[in-house]
Amino acid sequence: MVPLSWSVLLGVVLFVIGAGGVLLRRNILVVLMSLELLLNSVNINFIAFGRHYDDFRGQIFAIFVIAITAAEVAVALGILVALVRNKHTLKVDDVTIMKG
Amino acid sequence: MDQGFFLLFATVSVITALMLVVARNPVHSALALMACFLQISAIFVLLEAPLLAVIQIFVYVGAIMVLFLFVIMMIDMREAVLQRFLPGGNLPALVLLVVLGVEMIVLVFWSDSFSVATPATAGGGDTIRTLGTTLFADYLLPFEAASVILLVALVGAIVLARKEPG
Repeated sequence: MVPLSWSVLLGVVLFVIGAGGVLLRRNILVVLMSLELLLNSVNINFIAFGRHYDDFRGQIFAIFVIAITAAEVAVALGILVALVRNKHTLKVDDVTIMKG
Repeated sequence: MDQGFFLLFATVSVITALMLVVARNPVHSALALMACFLQISAIFVLLEAPLLAVIQIFVYVGAIMVLFLFVIMMIDMREAVLQRFLPGGNLPALVLLVVLGVEMIVLVFWSDSFSVATPATAGGGDTIRTLGTTLFADYLLPFEAASVILLVALVGAIVLARKEPG
């Protein structure tokens, strides 16, 4: 039996690492991958709490999170392909058109 | 037994997540993330969610990461590989990360409810059947909304990635 706090701690560590990837990396692809890691650490928390309280809603939420993640990745990579075709860059700092 | 396996999978997943962030080549990042997702699915098995573990492997490792690898192959990555981090100004982000991590850990270990609460009785039985019934009975509307969102994302991705006509 795994204690709940271990799972929560693993979620915290993975979340911080993923947030570090989002904040520190300049490559758009790696930023997107770190975003996946963030969503996965949240999923770990959902499932751990769902098991702890013997409730199915944790797993159901995790299923929805996975579905929305798949949609998000499809759209994000479509935008990325269009961006590279038009601007030939992969750096986050080069994409500041919408800053106003 | 369970705890030993959990520690093993957790350690490997943290190491691969660090490799994801640190690796210079995006292909290496993608492979490290794949390994991390496999470890997390093993953790899902330990947390008595075998259906979620299988979905994790199918959707993340099988679909999303392969999509990433396809895009990496489509794009010319040579100049992007060279630069790893922002040249300067990392300090606010690092401080923010440290504050975030410390805050979450302090909140987790200050609250007594994690250590005191006894885990509920082991579910056993037909968990996947119950999960499916709950998903299709009580959560039918969110399920349909998710399917519509997936359809919209499919159409949107095709429209975005298409070449401009003419």
